[in-house]
Amino acid sequence: MRAARHSVVTAVAMATALTAVTACTSKSGDEDGERVIAVTATDSKCETSKKEISAGHVELAIENKGSKVTEVYILFPDDRVVSERENIGPGTKQRVTAEVKAGTYEIACKPGMKGDGIRQDLKVTGGSAAKRDPRLDKAVAAYRSYAQAQADETLPKVATFVAAVKAGDLEAAKKAYAPSRIGWERTEPVAESFGDIDPKVDVRADGLEAGQKWTGWHRLEKALWQDKKIGAEEKTLADQLVTDLTDWQKRVGKAEITPTSMANGAKELLDEVATGKVTGEEERYSHTDLVDFKANVEGAQQSYELLKPVAKENDPALVTELDKQFAALNALLDAYRPNATSYEFTAYDKVGAADRKKLSDGVNALAEPLSKLAAAVAK
Amino acid sequence: MTESDNQGASPSRRSLIGWGGAGLALGAAAAGGAVAMTRTGNDVDPVAADAGAAVDFHGAYQAGIATPVQDRLHFAAFDVTTTDRAEFVRLLKDWTEAARRMTAGKAVGEGAFGGLPEAPPDDTGEALGLKPSRLTLTVGFGPSLFTKFDLAARRPDALVDLPAFAGDALDAARSNGDLCVQACADDPQVAVHAIRNLARIGMGKVVIRWSQLGFGKTSSTTPDAQTPRNLMGFKDGTRNIAGTETDRLKKFVWVGEKDGPDWMTGGSYLVARRIRMHIETWDRTSLQEQEDIFGRDKGEGAPVGKAKEHDEPFLKAMKPDAHVRLAHPDSNQGSTILRRGYSFTDGTDGLGRLEAGLFFLAYMRDVSNGFVRIQRHLATDALNEYIQHVGSAVFAVPPGVRDKDDWWGRTLFSKEA
Repeated sequence: MRAARHSVVTAVAMATALTAVTACTSKSGDEDGERVIAVTATDSKCETSKKEISAGHVELAIENKGSKVTEVYILFPDDRVVSERENIGPGTKQRVTAEVKAGTYEIACKPGMKGDGIRQDLKVTGGSAAKRDPRLDKAVAAYRSYAQAQADETLPKVATFVAAVKAGDLEAAKKAYAPSRIGWERTEPVAESFGDIDPKVDVRADGLEAGQKWTGWHRLEKALWQDKKIGAEEKTLADQLVTDLTDWQKRVGKAEITPTSMANGAKELLDEVATGKVTGEEERYSHTDLVDFKANVEGAQQSYELLKPVAKENDPALVTELDKQFAALNALLDAYRPNATSYEFTAYDKVGAADRKKLSDGVNALAEPLSKLAAAVAK
Repeated sequence: MTESDNQGASPSRRSLIGWGGAGLALGAAAAGGAVAMTRTGNDVDPVAADAGAAVDFHGAYQAGIATPVQDRLHFAAFDVTTTDRAEFVRLLKDWTEAARRMTAGKAVGEGAFGGLPEAPPDDTGEALGLKPSRLTLTVGFGPSLFTKFDLAARRPDALVDLPAFAGDALDAARSNGDLCVQACADDPQVAVHAIRNLARIGMGKVVIRWSQLGFGKTSSTTPDAQTPRNLMGFKDGTRNIAGTETDRLKKFVWVGEKDGPDWMTGGSYLVARRIRMHIETWDRTSLQEQEDIFGRDKGEGAPVGKAKEHDEPFLKAMKPDAHVRLAHPDSNQGSTILRRGYSFTDGTDGLGRLEAGLFFLAYMRDVSNGFVRIQRHLATDALNEYIQHVGSAVFAVPPGVRDKDDWWGRTLFSKEA
C-alpha cells in the first residue's frame, strides 16, 4: 500500500451507491403490526412471516430458537448489507429496522455466524424503485464471494508463516512469506476500503505516519531478509498479523462493493503494480515483487471477467482490447516462473532494467483500457 | 471522438504561405473553443504574431518544420509494440484527430471534465484555459519502423542509418525509435500536455522509448527576429533557412516528387541529436578562445573580421577548426539544413555538473547530403572539446495532413495512396 491514498472502492461507492436505504437497528419494540416481519431462526431454518411488504420503514422481529449464536441480515441482491444484527444468542429476541425502497432483497440467518446463511426472499413494492441490472448484482455477489474466499484461504497460509516465525525458523518463514500475501494482494482494494486494516498489515517503512508503529508483513520481511534474525518482537508482530487479518476476514463480507467500484478496483490493482511492484519498492528486502504482481493481475482479471458480460454489450471493442492485454501481460509474467501453476517467480532483483520496462509497458497497456471499464458498466 | 472542428473558420494554407508559410492563425480562442481568425494576409508580420495563437494543422507540409520556431519543445520517440497493422493505422488516425484538436486549442475527445464521474476523462486537463500557444505536432518514422508491417520495400533510400561520427558517445536509451512526435509550443505545459495525451492514447500499441524537453530555441526560422543564443552564450542560426524562403525550403528541406518514394513527396528528413555541453569547462575558457572556436564574436555575433551579425562571413579569416567555417555551406558543397534545436537542462549529473546542452533538430531533403556530410566535416571542429553527442535518431517525416479526412502516415500506410 501507499501512504495517504484514497481508496477508490470507498470513494466510488460513495459516489454511486444507491441511496435506497437508511439502515439502523433498534431495541425498542413497536407493537407487532403490518410493518413488522417476524423472523424465526433455528440452526437449520430461517422462517419469515412475510415475503412481501410495501416500501418504507420495516422491522424484523427476530427470535433465535436454535442452539447456536446467530446473526440476521437484510441484503441487497448483490449481498450488500442493508441492515444487520449480530450475536443473537440462543433463546433470545432482537429487532432490526430499516428504511427500504422498492426492489428485491433477501433476509439471511447465519447460525454460528458463518457462511452465506439461510436465505429468504423479500419483495418490497410501491414508492420509487431501486433500479439495478440483475447481471451486475450477480457480478457483485460473485466478487464478494471471491473476496471472502481469498480471505478464508489466506488465513491458514498466514498461520504457516506465523508458525515459522514463532519457531524462529528463518528459512521456513522466508518460504512461507510470499504465499501468505497472495489472497490479500488479489483483493487489496476491498481490504483497503476498511481504512484501518491495511496500514497495520501491509505498510512499508516509507508509508508510516508520524507516531505510527511499524507492524505487518513488511516489518517481518525486513527482519527475515535484511536483519536475518527473529527476536521476541518479531514473534509478537507475527501474532498481531494473524489478529489483524482475522479482522479482515470477518469484515470482507460487509465491504461496500458496486459494479463501478469493482471496475475501478481492478484498475487500482494495476496501479499498485505500476507504482510499487514494477519498481521493486513493494518487496525491497525479499524481492518477491512478481508474486504480488501476479496476484494483483489475477484479482483485476477476476473483477473484469465478472463484469465482462455487461461490458461486452456496451463496449465490445474495449472487451477485445482487455482480453488481449490481459493475455499479453500474463504471458509476460509466465516467462518468470517455471510453469503456469507455480508461484515461484524469479526474484525481482534479477530482473534487469530493460525487462522491467517491458513489464511496465505491459501494465500500462492493460491499465489504460482498464480505466475505461467503469464507464462501460455504468452506461 | 466527435467531429466538431470549425473548418470554415480556418485559413487555407495557401493564404498563409505569403506571409511566412507558417499558418499562424491570430486571435484564436482559448482551449475548448473554435479557432477564430481575425486577420489574414500578406501584411502580417509573423514574428509579431500573438504567442497564444493557433497554427493550422492542415497543409501540404507538416507544421512544425518551417513554422516560426516556438519557445518550448517536448520531443518523444516511441517504439511500436503492436504487430497488428490495422491497429497501428487506427492509432495514427486517433493521433491525428487528437493532434487536430490540441493544435486548435481544444481538449482531446470528450474533454477533461463533465463526463462520467466513475471514469477518467478523455483529456488529462492540464492545458485547460491555456491558449493554443502555436502548438505544432510533427510526426516522423524511424528506420526501425520499416522492418515492421512489411514496409521494408517502402523505406526511402534517403533515410540512411547514421554512421558513427568521431567523438560520439551515444546512449541507446536516448537514441532511435520507430516513430517520433515533435511538440513545439510557446507554453511548455501545452507541449507536455500534447505528448502526454498522445502517449496515453498510444498505450498498448506504442511505448515511449525516450523523450526530451527543450527551452530557449537555439535557431530561428524568422531571420528578422533577434537570433537566439545557445547555452554557450553564442547566437545560433544566423544563416538558418527561414520559413519564408520558399526556394531554399524546396531546395534543401522538402522532399520533391522525383526524390522518391512517392509517399514522401512533401515530406522531409529529421535528424535529432542530444548534444551534451561541458558547461563548466566552457565557462572557464577565455573569451578570445570562445570566439575563435565559433568564428564569431560573442556580443554582436559578427563573423571574424566583420562588424555585423548578418555580414557575409569570410571563412579564410577564421581559424581552420572554427565551427562556423567548418559548418558553412561553402565548406560542405553547398549543403544546408533547417535547424530548430532547443537548449535543455535536465538537472545535474552525479558529479554536480549541469546535465545540459543542445537538443539538435534539423530537417533536410536528404540525410546523406545534409547532416551526414556536415557532421563528418565537423570531425575537426574545435568545439568538439566542449560538446559530446550522447543521443541520436533519424526519421522520415511524411507530408502534411491535407484536410480533416486525412491522417498522419496515410501516404505510407494506405493502399490506395
